Amino acid sequence: MEQLALKDPKVIEERKEFISTKGAQKQQVKCDEDSVAGSISQRACVFCGARVVLNPITDAIHLVHGPIGCASYTWDIRGSLTSGSNHYRNSFSTDMKEKDVIFGGEKKLAIVIDELVEKYKPKLIFVYSTCIVGVIGDDLEAVCKKQAQKYNIEIIPVQSSGFIGNKSAGYRAACDALLRLIAPAPQEQLTNNGETSQPKEVKKKSKTINYLGDFNLAAEAWIIKNYLKEIGVEINVTFTGDSDYVSLKKAPEASLNIIQCAGSMTYLAKKMEEIYDIPFIHISFLGIEDTKESIRKIARFFNDPEIEQKAEQLIARELKTIESQLDWYKQKLQGTKAAIYVGGGFKAISLLKQFKELGVEVVMVGTQTGRKEEYQTISELATEGTVILDDANPTELEQFMTEKGADLLVGGVKERPLAYKLGLAFIDHNHDRKHPLSGFVGAVNFAKEVYSTVCSPVWKYV
Amino acid sequence: MLDATTKEMKPRLSGGVINPAKTCQPIGAMYAALGIHKCLPHSHGSQGCCSYHRMHLTRHFRDPVMASTSSFTEGASVFGGGANLKTAIKNVFTIYNPDIMAVHTTCLSETIGDDIPTIIKQSEVPDGKLVIHASTPSYVGSHITGFSNMVKGAVTYLAEATMEEKKEQVNIIPGFVNPGDMREIKRMAKVMGVKNIVLPDTSGVLDSPMTGEFDMFPKGGTKIAEIVDTGNSKMSIALGSFASSDAAYALERKCKVKPAVLKTPIGIKATDEFLMTLSSNFGKEVAKELEEERGQLVDIMTDTHFHFHGKKVAVFGDPDIVIGLTEYLLSLGMIPVHVLTGTPGSKFETEIKEMLARAGIEGSNVKAAGDLYTFHQWIKNQPADLMIGNTYGKYIARAEDIPFVRVGFPILDRSVHSYMPIVGYKGAMRLLEMISNALLDRKDRDSADEDFELVM
Repeated sequence: MEQLALKDPKVIEERKEFISTKGAQKQQVKCDEDSVAGSISQRACVFCGARVVLNPITDAIHLVHGPIGCASYTWDIRGSLTSGSNHYRNSFSTDMKEKDVIFGGEKKLAIVIDELVEKYKPKLIFVYSTCIVGVIGDDLEAVCKKQAQKYNIEIIPVQSSGFIGNKSAGYRAACDALLRLIAPAPQEQLTNNGETSQPKEVKKKSKTINYLGDFNLAAEAWIIKNYLKEIGVEINVTFTGDSDYVSLKKAPEASLNIIQCAGSMTYLAKKMEEIYDIPFIHISFLGIEDTKESIRKIARFFNDPEIEQKAEQLIARELKTIESQLDWYKQKLQGTKAAIYVGGGFKAISLLKQFKELGVEVVMVGTQTGRKEEYQTISELATEGTVILDDANPTELEQFMTEKGADLLVGGVKERPLAYKLGLAFIDHNHDRKHPLSGFVGAVNFAKEVYSTVCSPVWKYV
Repeated sequence: MLDATTKEMKPRLSGGVINPAKTCQPIGAMYAALGIHKCLPHSHGSQGCCSYHRMHLTRHFRDPVMASTSSFTEGASVFGGGANLKTAIKNVFTIYNPDIMAVHTTCLSETIGDDIPTIIKQSEVPDGKLVIHASTPSYVGSHITGFSNMVKGAVTYLAEATMEEKKEQVNIIPGFVNPGDMREIKRMAKVMGVKNIVLPDTSGVLDSPMTGEFDMFPKGGTKIAEIVDTGNSKMSIALGSFASSDAAYALERKCKVKPAVLKTPIGIKATDEFLMTLSSNFGKEVAKELEEERGQLVDIMTDTHFHFHGKKVAVFGDPDIVIGLTEYLLSLGMIPVHVLTGTPGSKFETEIKEMLARAGIEGSNVKAAGDLYTFHQWIKNQPADLMIGNTYGKYIARAEDIPFVRVGFPILDRSVHSYMPIVGYKGAMRLLEMISNALLDRKDRDSADEDFELVM
């Protein structure tokens, strides 16, 4: 009970170290551990992590090797927009049956690939392993290699069996697949006698960056692309929103990597620094302060007075455009209390700052997969008395939101009806968001969304 | 959108699926378990399964969906999930305190071979609390199979024949339908004056009223005492052979309750049969109220029949729903040209083909265990005037520019549907309104100025 300052918490003993109250305890909240069996976790699995990161690659065939469910539930749920191919919005599965589980699914996988290549003529196929594939031990690597050689395309296995960790492990599996993709294509590596040659030296393009950790939900990556273009910085490729085979191949040419979603992409950035000598910086385009700071950070990196000047002009212009709108919302939202429960730590941090900008008090903040250093930042940003929790379940969310008198919850699909049942306003900050929340325009959209849900007349009837 | 679908049809040898028309067993089991009062469904496997099923059900019903998970990690998949399940059972009753926990398996726990009944026996289940289970491997059948298995599991574990003589009451097993449908089925039985137990019953659970409080276990759902009492009922009516017949036969074997397997009561004929079965077995006249509704339905069918007659319609979805719908569409004079379900089972094809033959319709495509790629190819080869199916049909409807009526599971892009029945005469009226509006809206949209009319 010493971990908790709240009265009579209905919390499983093992969960207590994962919850703290700012100011009440010295100890930091525990995180990055397996969930307790029997809790109603809001978390997903390794496959889910890998799928959400890779799925926005538009011209790839995303083939799920396993029974039908894994492919069904992830069919076009990401909300990533495309300016090109629509392949990624189909759902492909090997639909494993009892027979495949007993005798192995490799043969079936190979034939499915044959048929998909014939139908869609793709340049790139990702083959995702699911729980069952991990258990029966299908050699994905071998099947993919053989089929890739047969068709002279890239077929990349994604090691994403659901039980080998949580969503974060899936991010890593996705990043490993991306690293394999970025490496020069096999045909370039092969010399005439079939031996592997050294990869060609990469030509770096100046003032060109890769944008990591934006999935182009509601066109967010396009907004940022335009900002950067205006200040004279070109986006080389976005990982992975609206990306495709050709653009991803060019990734090594960038002179800088910027990372938005740290949870999913920091590993990739570190690897790219190691292999391709591309430095990286963390940025965030959620909220005005973060957007301003991030644009300046990028401009400073290039150490070019013209870029810095253009950056300041853009910031000044955009701020002027949104100022009066934001002030109006701020007034309307005086005294509102918000609760946050999102997937990753980066988003929670951004939201804390955004609410501060709007003058909204945050009374509870938690994540599914936040990391230690992120909880450190969360703890610094949070005000006294804020409940901070990792891997929460609905009972805990309900309890803390009710006790702390929250008016609003920011979360994902599963949290929405929970908030509504409690008579709380709600904002989706995950796959189901339909308005961009990035950049200056996103800050206004965010304020507008907060306002329209908090101030809806519907709450009068509760 | 899905314009990469080709017209040319080659037999697909791989058995792979492009754009599935089904999903896996555990979600069906989870949904069925939610229809038991104060029950917490429990997913025995990795976290992702539980998370996906809750997410999918949440998107369809727009209500909180509670379920716990065994949270498998590598250790569990090597050494078995026994320890995880035991911990889960202990934690679930300590913290969430349901009356009953309904465990379903996943492909992972099935493959490593966890012996669930033994693990449950070895677990600390508090006095007065219950743990039941259903085996639901994802690589067999579909979500409908999982639903059926959990309902069967519930009666196998709980139903008891405790009386010498059977009670004048009916068990109604409604199948994988919305809470609004279950509510309507209950209403019809009540109006008929027949004492009934509907199992499962998600009304009041997934369409519960908003009170400003979050109730982990809302008021609805079949009570445990009622499930026990199903063994004493005079008969069971299974609505839909795919989702409901197994439980009815299990009750017959275990408690000698007479089974009757009927169609899901969609449309006039299937509703008639449902009510006549109640009437003849319980000696009750068909209630005036229901006769009036039937009369209204026939009236609007008459008023509108010329809108539908001869129109070609493409239907897909869960087998029991599609079978009921096809019968109704035929009664409206429509021509089902493509009929498909993702759930395997040859009796689907047999039943649909017989219905079409009786109506004198030839050349229609009928398939079980199909996918939406095939369905789309059919439409490319033989166009339809209307499409009926779940949300996933929207890609095809857009690509082929066909009016589209959303019926079935899941519907992720519209709301309110789960409150509104499609069963019974009332449901038939609603379906008729949806179908006719879709066709007439389309006519308005496509009319040239000189053909655009006020009265239709």
